[in-house]
Amino acid sequence: MSHTETWETIAGCKIRVMRKGTGAPLLFLHGASGAAHWLPFMDTLAETYQVIVPEHPGFGASDSPEWLDNIGDLAYFYLDFIAALGLGPVHLVGSSLGGWIAAELAVRNSSVLRSVTLIGAAGIHLPEVPRVDMFMLAPEDLTRAIFHDQDLAAAIPAPTEQAEVIVMLKNRLTTAKLAWSPRFYNPDLQKWLHRVTVPTLVLWGDHDRIMPAAYAPAWTALIPGAQQAIIADCGHLPHVEKPQDFTSKLNAFLKGAV
Amino acid sequence: MKFYLMHLMPYADLDLDYDQKHNSAWVTLPNSYYDPKKGAKLYNRYLDELEYADQVGFDGVCVNEHHQNAYGLMPQPGVMAGALARRTKNVKIAILGRALPLLNNPVTVAEEFSMIDNITEGRFIAGFVRGIGAEYHAWSANPANSHDRFHEAHDLIVQSWTREGPFAFHGKHYQFEYVNLWPRPYTQPRPPIWVPSQGSSETIEWASHPDRRYTYLQTFTPVAMLAKYMQMYKDMASEHGYEATSDQLGWSVPIYVAETDEQAIREARPHIENFLNKFLRMPKEMLLPPGYLSLKSMMGVMSAKATIGQKQTIESVMEKGMFICGSPATVREKLKEYHGQIGFGHLLSLLQFGTLPAELTRKNMDLYATQVMPWLRAEIAGRAAAE
Repeated sequence: MSHTETWETIAGCKIRVMRKGTGAPLLFLHGASGAAHWLPFMDTLAETYQVIVPEHPGFGASDSPEWLDNIGDLAYFYLDFIAALGLGPVHLVGSSLGGWIAAELAVRNSSVLRSVTLIGAAGIHLPEVPRVDMFMLAPEDLTRAIFHDQDLAAAIPAPTEQAEVIVMLKNRLTTAKLAWSPRFYNPDLQKWLHRVTVPTLVLWGDHDRIMPAAYAPAWTALIPGAQQAIIADCGHLPHVEKPQDFTSKLNAFLKGAV
Repeated sequence: MKFYLMHLMPYADLDLDYDQKHNSAWVTLPNSYYDPKKGAKLYNRYLDELEYADQVGFDGVCVNEHHQNAYGLMPQPGVMAGALARRTKNVKIAILGRALPLLNNPVTVAEEFSMIDNITEGRFIAGFVRGIGAEYHAWSANPANSHDRFHEAHDLIVQSWTREGPFAFHGKHYQFEYVNLWPRPYTQPRPPIWVPSQGSSETIEWASHPDRRYTYLQTFTPVAMLAKYMQMYKDMASEHGYEATSDQLGWSVPIYVAETDEQAIREARPHIENFLNKFLRMPKEMLLPPGYLSLKSMMGVMSAKATIGQKQTIESVMEKGMFICGSPATVREKLKEYHGQIGFGHLLSLLQFGTLPAELTRKNMDLYATQVMPWLRAEIAGRAAAE
């Protein structure tokens, strides 16, 4: 059975939502490159969970609402989303920019969550850890920076269809709006990460160039009781680059988190 | 028609082999490439050139703002305008401009411009731009809010010049409890406002609106595009029920005049090609950060991207009318032809570009000021009298 695709309107904003599976709800928040496609790791998770994958406001086929100014707006949006769809408590899993949204949401209200998983999350800043600047990279160079396995990066075609290019530009625009300055972090967030009171997994690829793995122990130290899992020979998107390793680590954590 | 000397103040002593190690002369080119001893000499030489324009009969001199680059050494153009304010006596001084979306406090620009307008007793022209994309990298300003912040900063500055203070201003990006500008502008109700752009229908629509009627200044563009955008301004004005005057249209173009066509091309070639291929060099991601252009404009640029980054030659820019180069007679005829076709009222000549050295710049200025400018003035006056 394949996934379903529906449209939900929350806070006056219509967004595209992909879903599959039954069981405890697992809300996956995508990163800066969007969630145009249903991916193999989602199928694996859908064997155990009701997997819900929205496209954020301002990304892909979803609306770009007037009210969208900053990452906090998306944190509140997904609190409304969880309430409106009656999903709580959910397992919240966020990658990169989506990890940032997840952390911002969790400090606002952990009571609607069963657990939090942060994958190569943006949101905090370590001055001594250099990162590549995605806004200075051409799309093909960005792909190479995202993946550790350069054969895999080479196999991912740059968008050529006009519709795909429009989505890429739209995603970059919204990402800039949220993350241009400060670059991919909120200086206030780390003050309040102790408010994340549900089981938390900090999951990282050891060769992440976008958000280097040195960020993993920082997050783990800031969130009370957080566990850490590092995936070997892996870049910024473990769920894409190492889906089996990723799902087995995530499943093990989620079993313990119930 | 009014004649202006535009200056970019490039770091002409740049090690031109920088591009073997770095992909741009902007933002990421290490500032160790800048030698303050050489830079100090350049600043004073360039200011001398602008002051000389006052003596040889130009109507105005123009400076502008670019950050963290070798292309133009005026991150704070008000410093240059301040230096020129006391050393020039007749020319208008135009700052073209300040990039409003970069500002955390637009009132600083309202104050600075008003001070220059006072010191010069009204010899001042205000320029407002969004800045090129690289500035958003250099100043960490969010390009996704660029249009919004431009309009809001503009409103705040113009209100601060024209409304009695104190008043409160509460915008989305800028909030002030007390706006009460001291000094008020010398020019009442406010200094003239110019809007330089490389061509954007949104900007032309905004500038031509009857509430504003700002002078639209087309910069470094093929002459065919210049004609198109100037016509667009006129059309938009007539849609609003008024006729745009030539005072509302300006063109900024690099020009080189020498004794003969051959000599002009020979002398200008390395320096204009350095300007094009070394000083202007930057990757697309630097030039066009997300949100700087609308999605529609960005799609147009993406499809035309084959032309970005190609090596340009003196011939290619002369052919497009982006660079006017030749004997006095050749330059006169070209400018007369374009003026006749397009009808701009302000002509900004960039007479120093790239690595063009002091002596050639001075010769270019002398030939332009004595053999081009007066002839065109007479020609245009004669044409106006005939009409």
